[in-house]
Parts: sequence; C-alpha cells; structure tokens
Amino acid sequence: MSSMEKTPLSETKEMQPLLKVRDFSLAFPQYENGFQETYIQVIRDFELSIYPGEIVAVVGSSGSGKSLLADSILGILPENAKTGGKIYFEGTRLTKRRQEQLRGNAISLIPQSVKALDPLMKTGKQVQSIVRDKKAKKRIQREAFQKLGLPANTDKKYPFELSGGMARRVLIATAMASEARLIIADEPTPGLDKKTLREILQNIKQLSENNRGIMFITHDIHAALKIADKIAVFYGGETLEIARKEDFSGDGENLRHPYTKALWRALPENDFKALKGNQPEAGRVPKGCVFEPRCPIATDFCKKNKPKSEIINNGMVRCFYA
Amino acid sequence: MIKFILKKIGKLIGLLAAISILSFVLISYSPVDPVRSYIGAEIARISPEQQKNIEAYWGLDQSKPQQFLQWAKAVAQGNLGNSLIYRKPVSEIIIERFTASLALMGLAWLFSGVLGFFLGILGGMNEGSTLDRFIKTYCFILASTPAFWLGLLLLMFFASYLGWFPVGLASPAGILSEEVSFVDKINHLILPVLTLSIVGVAGIALHTREKLVEVLNSEFIRFARAKGESGMKLLWRHGLRNISLPAISLHFASFGELFGGAVLTEQVFSYPGLGQAVVKAGLGGDVPLLLGITLFSVVFIFFGNFMADLLYVAIDPRMKIKTVND
Repeated sequence: MSSMEKTPLSETKEMQPLLKVRDFSLAFPQYENGFQETYIQVIRDFELSIYPGEIVAVVGSSGSGKSLLADSILGILPENAKTGGKIYFEGTRLTKRRQEQLRGNAISLIPQSVKALDPLMKTGKQVQSIVRDKKAKKRIQREAFQKLGLPANTDKKYPFELSGGMARRVLIATAMASEARLIIADEPTPGLDKKTLREILQNIKQLSENNRGIMFITHDIHAALKIADKIAVFYGGETLEIARKEDFSGDGENLRHPYTKALWRALPENDFKALKGNQPEAGRVPKGCVFEPRCPIATDFCKKNKPKSEIINNGMVRCFYA
Repeated sequence: MIKFILKKIGKLIGLLAAISILSFVLISYSPVDPVRSYIGAEIARISPEQQKNIEAYWGLDQSKPQQFLQWAKAVAQGNLGNSLIYRKPVSEIIIERFTASLALMGLAWLFSGVLGFFLGILGGMNEGSTLDRFIKTYCFILASTPAFWLGLLLLMFFASYLGWFPVGLASPAGILSEEVSFVDKINHLILPVLTLSIVGVAGIALHTREKLVEVLNSEFIRFARAKGESGMKLLWRHGLRNISLPAISLHFASFGELFGGAVLTEQVFSYPGLGQAVVKAGLGGDVPLLLGITLFSVVFIFFGNFMADLLYVAIDPRMKIKTVND
C-alpha cells in the first residue's frame, strides 16, 4: 500500500480519471459440507484507472473473473456477492445507490453474448430503452444504427432475424445511443470472422470519440492491441500489470511483469511459445505472488510474500523483480 | 397459417381413427355384454332365443371387423347411437352434459391458470426466500393430491361441517328445473370448481416459477439491468413477455388433466357433468355412450393442444417466420 501511495497512477496525469478502482475485491459465499460458510475470493487487489477518451483493455484468460468485474462496476452483481475496496466514478465514490442512477445513463455496458437481446422484443425498441429523452429516442436510435452501418429496417427486426455481426452492432448501438461517459465492453468480439472483427473493433474505437472512456474486457490480446491505449493484465483475479500499448514491442523488453512478457512471447508472430500450466482457480490462489507457481524467475521470497503494486516506467506492476 | 391448420386437422382425423379402433378393440374384449346391460335385471325372464334375436338385430352375430365398420360408418355420418342407460341419443347426452361440465371446467381452468401464474411469479421473483419455499412445498403437496380426496375433504369441511354449500348435484333436489335460480347454480358449482382449481394450480405455478427463474438469470435481463431498468418495469417488459407464452400454452395443453380431474370431481360431488356420465357409462356397460364420450374427449383435448400451438404461431415472432418458410 505504502509504495502505491507514493506515486499513484492517477497523478501521473493532470486530468481526473473517469473511473478509478482501488484494491477492489469480490468474493462469493460457498457452502462446504452442508452448512459451513466460506468465502471464495474471485477478484482481489484489482486496480485500474480510465481517463476520458481512453480505451483501456483488461486482458485475461477465460475464467479469470473478467465479466464479474463489469458487473461490479455496474452494480448488478448477485445479492450474495461480497465486495471490498473502492470504486470512484468522476472522483466520487460509487455507492450502490449511485450505481443504480448511473447505469444506463453515465455508464453503459456492451455485453458479451448476443443473447443479451430480449428474443421477443424488436431491436429498435431495445436500443431506445436506454435513451432517457422520450421524444428523441427514435431519432437517436436511428442515428446510432446508421453510424454503425446497420440497414434502416433493422430496428423492426427481432434478434433471431439478425446475423451474429449485426446483433453485435445492435449491442454497440445501445452504448452509442446512451449518454454514457464510460462504456464497459465485456468481451464484445468472441467468435467473429476476421472482417467482422475488424469492423466491430472499429465501431468500439468510434465510441471513444466524444471523450468517452472505454473499458474493453477481452481475452484476445491482438484485439486489445489494435484499439487500446493501455492494457491491464488480469490474472487469477488480480491486476499484474498495466502497460501502455507501445510497451508491447520487440522482445517485450519494455514490459514489466514476467506473465505479460510470457503472453507477448506466446503470440504466433513472436516466439509462439506458451507458458506451461494454468492460472490458479478461484479459492486456490497461492499465499504469495499469484503467478509464482508458473513464474520462470520466482524465488522462495515470492512464495511467502505478496508483491504490492508499484509504478515503474510509467506503468503499474505487481512483481518484486520488475 | 392455413396450411398449418389443415395439417393439424389431418392429424386429428388420424388420431380419431386410431382411438376408435383401439377403444373398440378394448371394449369388444371386455366382459361388457350389451344385451345384458340393455335388458338389466329382467334378463332372467328372457329366453336364450330372444337374446339371440336381439343380438342379431344389433349385429352382434357378425365378425368384429364388420361390427367396427358398421359402427364407424354410423359415427362418420354423425350418428353416435343411443345410450343404453339414458335411452337417448348419445350426441344429445354429450351436449347436455358437456354444457354442465363446461361451466365447471372453464371456471376451474381460468382460476387455476390465474392463481398458478401469480404464485409462480411470486416464487420466481423471490427465489430461495421463505415465500418461495412455501409456494414450492404447497405445489408439491398439491401435485401429489388426488382430486377426489381433496374434493372429499372440502365436502366434509365446507358442506358437512360448516354447512355453507350443498353436498352435491348441480341444483337443489326436488325443484323443477325452471325454478332453479342462478344463485343456486353458482352455489352448487363453488366446491367442485374450488377442488379442480386447487389441484390445477400446481403444474402451472411450478412451471411459471421455473421459467421466471431461468429468464431472470438470462443474459438479456442482465443487460436490461445494465441499461438501468429495474423492478416492476423490468419484470413487465422482459419477464412477463417471455414467460406468459409458455405458461398459456402449457395451460391449454393441460385440458387432458382437466378432463381427468373433472371425472373424479364430478363423481365426488354427484355433479351431473360429462365426467359423471362417463363413469356411469363404464359401470353400466353403456357401450355407445362410453365410445361417444371417449371420442369427444379426444376432440376436446386435441382442441386444447391445438390452441396452444396456434397461440405460439400467432404470437411468437420466431414461430411466425418458421411457418412462413415451411
């Protein structure tokens, strides 16, 4: 904690961050042998800042709790979830009440699955429901559809009549039609063909115009590098590193964390060498550094002690040897 | 749409043919002797020759397939024959009895549907709560409660012990049918309707609850909440729309259980409906009436299922496109 407060990431820029997450943790109760209640820790020590007009990618492999992150910020977690730490939106603490007011207004979600569209409601109406101004909602929805290249009659169609790419664009249109200053895109690009993927990424980039901040949750590091300004690496429920896009270059010598370096080298255009093993399951996280069991440079010290986050070379990292 | 309806009618004809053959075979192998049930207690005073004569007159000396064809031909022409115990045309009895049953079944169907749907929503919205567990337990108990037993309980309590309602029949005994008032009729209907409604609630309530829980955990509800929708508005816009259609169609498809329940309930309350007639026909060896009601109940249940299908096609946009493409 102390090292973090010496040079908080937020003070490296003059502007006030749109979203600031500090030491955020999330746990769910679990019942062992019937009645013994224990908490299973899904996210811990999570930190992130997003500034207006910035796209920050949160990259992590599946099962690292990325979608729950989106739900936490929006305040739509299941009732039994237990959260810790602080989330600030435009400098003010996000309480449950404030989340209720902000979601759909100042904070908007682009969900992961096209199943997020109500199967029995016409798409136009679903997009319009996010616009608060009743008189303008039709116009705003039409403009959003037009901007995203959706045919004019799309609003009269039901979700099952749309192709995957179109349905995805309808989801993006929802964020576009909203007056959100922060957009959380929760894995908006799974299973798309190359051309559609490129277009969808372009659409998301479009959203960041007008000074909107975007949190782009993905497991696709390629997609992240294409549009993001900063990349937060999410592993075993923690942020291991927040690096600028430019740091991902060459052999990864500008990257700070061994896991990020390994990710970078695992890409086909680099060494194409994958790291052995899997990330720890929630609830089975080691006592020391979360990456220690797979880390090529780990020592005994890493086994027993948990690294705090530090700012190195204008990026955040959580490693003793960075 | 027309093609869809024609297809269904074709299916109904096939079903009716199959059911007629099956029930005819079953009855012809049953110990029911039409001559005996026709003559009743007087049988001892009739000579075997006379019995043979009656059998010949009815065509009972012919082979089974011939008998069936004769009966089927008559049925196809709309003649269901005469009831042996009521001494009236079967079709007349069915219409008369069904009108009485219709009030009973219709009301019970409506009440159980509305109540079941409401309970299901209450349970589904409060999944895991005490209220939800109470509703679930209540439904499980109901689902395993025989209609006649519940009917007897209600009868014992409300009619016998409290004396609020009449013990049976559809109108007070000893009064001319012209003098029976509407209030009398309602009074006689309440207990049977209550019995049937209570028994019918379980299925629809559990189904609605399950469906609502599923819908509330769906991606589109999460997204709707992320869009800022909440509470009753959320339930109204996305919840009800998605659960009402399956619930309504399930309820239409439950005509069979409704009919089965009515048979037992009418028996308990001596309510002169179709259900009571079918029991009498079975016990009295009234073959034409029994077969007639069997065929009628097939049409009735088929109609329920048909309505369920039709509703889907008419209301659900996904089904509409599919049938157009057919």
